[in-house]
Amino acid sequence: MRLLGEADLEDLATGAAVLGTGGGGNPYIGKLLAQRAIREYGPVTLVGVDEVADDALVVPTAMMGAPTVSVEKLPRGDELVRAFKTLEEYLGRSITHTVSIEAGGMNSTTPLTVAAQLRIPLVDGDGMGRAFPELQMVTPTLFGISATPMVIADEKGNTVLLTTIDNRWTERLARSITIDMGASAMIALYVLTGKQLKESIVPGTIGLAQELGRTIRVARSAHGDPVRAITERLRGHRIFEGKIVDVQRRTEAGFAKGEARLSGLGSSADASLVLRFQNEYLVAIRDGEIICSVPDLIIVLGSETGAPITTDELRYGFRVTVIAAPCDPKWRSDAGLALVGPRYFGYDIDYQPIEQRVGVGGQAEG
Amino acid sequence: MEENQRVRIGIDVGGTNTDAVLMDSGNVVASAKTPTTPDVTSGVVAALRGLAGEGTLEPVRIQAVMIGTTHFTNAIVEAKHLMPTAAVRLGLPATQALPPMIDWPERLVRVLGGHVYLCHGGHEFDGRHISELDLEELHRVAEDIGRKGIRSVAISSVFSPVNSEFEEEVGSILESELPGIAISLSHQIGRIGLLERENATILNACLRDLADHIVDAFHGALIEAGIRAPFYLSQNDGTLMSVDHAKRYPVATFASGPTNSMRGAAFLSGRLDCAVVDIGGTTSDVGILQHGFPREASMAVEIGEVRTNFRMPDVYSHGLGGGSVVRENGELQIGPESVGYELTSKALCFGGETLTATDIAVAAGNLEIGDPGLVSHLDKGLLKRSLQLIEHRLAYAVDRMKTSAEPIPIVVVGGGSILLGDQLPGASELIKPRHFAVANAIGAAIAQVGGEVDRVFMLDKQSREKALDVTKREAVDMAVGAGANRRTVQVVDIEEVPLTYLPSNATRIRVKAVGDLEFEAENIATAR
Repeated sequence: MRLLGEADLEDLATGAAVLGTGGGGNPYIGKLLAQRAIREYGPVTLVGVDEVADDALVVPTAMMGAPTVSVEKLPRGDELVRAFKTLEEYLGRSITHTVSIEAGGMNSTTPLTVAAQLRIPLVDGDGMGRAFPELQMVTPTLFGISATPMVIADEKGNTVLLTTIDNRWTERLARSITIDMGASAMIALYVLTGKQLKESIVPGTIGLAQELGRTIRVARSAHGDPVRAITERLRGHRIFEGKIVDVQRRTEAGFAKGEARLSGLGSSADASLVLRFQNEYLVAIRDGEIICSVPDLIIVLGSETGAPITTDELRYGFRVTVIAAPCDPKWRSDAGLALVGPRYFGYDIDYQPIEQRVGVGGQAEG
Repeated sequence: MEENQRVRIGIDVGGTNTDAVLMDSGNVVASAKTPTTPDVTSGVVAALRGLAGEGTLEPVRIQAVMIGTTHFTNAIVEAKHLMPTAAVRLGLPATQALPPMIDWPERLVRVLGGHVYLCHGGHEFDGRHISELDLEELHRVAEDIGRKGIRSVAISSVFSPVNSEFEEEVGSILESELPGIAISLSHQIGRIGLLERENATILNACLRDLADHIVDAFHGALIEAGIRAPFYLSQNDGTLMSVDHAKRYPVATFASGPTNSMRGAAFLSGRLDCAVVDIGGTTSDVGILQHGFPREASMAVEIGEVRTNFRMPDVYSHGLGGGSVVRENGELQIGPESVGYELTSKALCFGGETLTATDIAVAAGNLEIGDPGLVSHLDKGLLKRSLQLIEHRLAYAVDRMKTSAEPIPIVVVGGGSILLGDQLPGASELIKPRHFAVANAIGAAIAQVGGEVDRVFMLDKQSREKALDVTKREAVDMAVGAGANRRTVQVVDIEEVPLTYLPSNATRIRVKAVGDLEFEAENIATAR
């Protein structure tokens, strides 16, 4: 158990962008919201997954909607407090903890606000270990845990309680309600007991994000190699070093899709890499051969600064290093791959864990 | 061709120097460089005298004066000459979690007074109202502003770039309740992104007094020089604004310096699509011109530690200039440390003791300044390695900014141009135009006027063609409203950004149109 204060937020937001694997939205607004709540209510208690009692009632929280709207129509501030009241009334029990549903990007910091406001601890972990575009793409889904009862709350005072037959219906209904609310709302969902939390959550990812952020900051100020430090910390592999030579984008069904082509430099000279993305980086193809795919993490870092580069920011001329890191083992089950594997995103290939792929063809390094 | 008959003066008031050029029929007839003075006016007068000193200045023939200035940026950075300002935001019950001026540096909040008002209003992304305006509430806000004696107000409303009705309505309510109050509306200043747009609007509002003062000072300086032609201020996108507009929107001048320098480089070289490298004493600034205008930065830009999102040129600044210090302890290093403005006392070729990039250029015979004899002893190997490193780093800086792998023309301006030879990897051609030292004043002199519209459309409700047409027409009208001759107005930039996670094919369309100044109409307006 330890306290998370204002001073920790910068590192947390930077590290969350690394785990965001190119997506997850802009963490700036989330950081400001958490900062304000901590200033008003005091630091947040961060507890390890093991410290949570089996009969605890843990409710994950997040922002839902369009990233473009979330930077314009800012929250009222009490959305999640009202969402928790509504859930508590429905469940007839008090919520004891909150946790992040997505450690990558803006939703890493969302739960800090409600944790500070209600003075409840935040559990160190999340439901993805990275970022994904849809609501059902969380590890609790793999353990048969329903997304509902779920509450969606807007800034006007509306709260909607959903109970659904499965998590895909939840995604569908929640998406339409959110749009009616003005495409930006706060959600509380995947109600967990402490016991369920322990088996279904990716542990330690908030601490990990903070550590990654600090690693970048320290390596940068000491003129060290932030890319190497991050690769080591994530037990990842440096799969490519090069320059972005082309970026193509299109929007399909509300998702930002596209691909970036890179030409190699340094250790990757004479090679080329294609990164395909849909909000997040999905597959990396080196010289025509797939060398990494979802659910493993494909992370693009500025070669000099170690700064994570989102799919929105990709631009010709950037010098980047691409690293691939293993996802949480839960995603590697058949059920996990059915939910977030390459086929779900339209790539007719078999998933192969990154450490096996680099063992065969690619070049692995520190 | 008609354009080329015009006689214009371009003035660039920088932090260090005030530059002026006289242009006739598209040619640079005279130029002058004088130190910038704290009161602005005397520096401008001195620069105009410098032009007259060359014997070609006939005040009556001058048809327009264009001025670029760093005053407003400096005022924010130094937190000086700023007026107390009220920030009124329309959006309740939304947005209260992050009130106006959150994340501002304390020193600026203190100077402005931190007068913040959250009111009802605002729109959803699709144009619905978040809530209706509350006239009682607005009346109370007006009373409070009046009681505190605040004379400038920034108004921001949620999604005002999609629909500006609330900002305009509240602006006129406050004007009628508080006669003489200065109003700044956010939809006139920034883009989607409430905090950043609102921040820029508040910065604008706190500069309104200074804008009146500076514009009047420029006016006085011109009168003193006998010039009665209308004058304009340069904006950061390379277009001009009228004096009236400048008094209302001083923030539009932020970063006009680099823009003018790039536009001047384009004019001098005749290249509309190219990279511009402006090599100064301490840094080299690299920007990209597209259709003659600088490419704009897509990310948030901080001014005096305040996050904003308005139009700024995308410039990559690299720590290499004429004054960069050269060291070789095992590894050759050039910059980022620089002797800066002390070049003429510290560099070897001027009898100083520091080896600088300029000394390398002099020793290599690129130019003759100072005493070449003082650097003739430099090791030939060191010269070669240094020139290679300089070339390599500038090529890298340009390559970072390019949008495709194709070689492009590169135009080099600024006092440090001599560091480069006559080629650079990645350049289809390398151009070092004449008058490179006053490229910024030339950029001001040749500026056009423009209009820009940024809207979100639901493309399931209307066709893309129709949305584009509407936006283009509005941009053209805006350019004409800003003083452009309608016959010369052209759409120079169209950007379409589909918004993710939204239904109805919501797409943001941004159109920019520019044209030549309508001289006759302006002269009549000024004579009135």
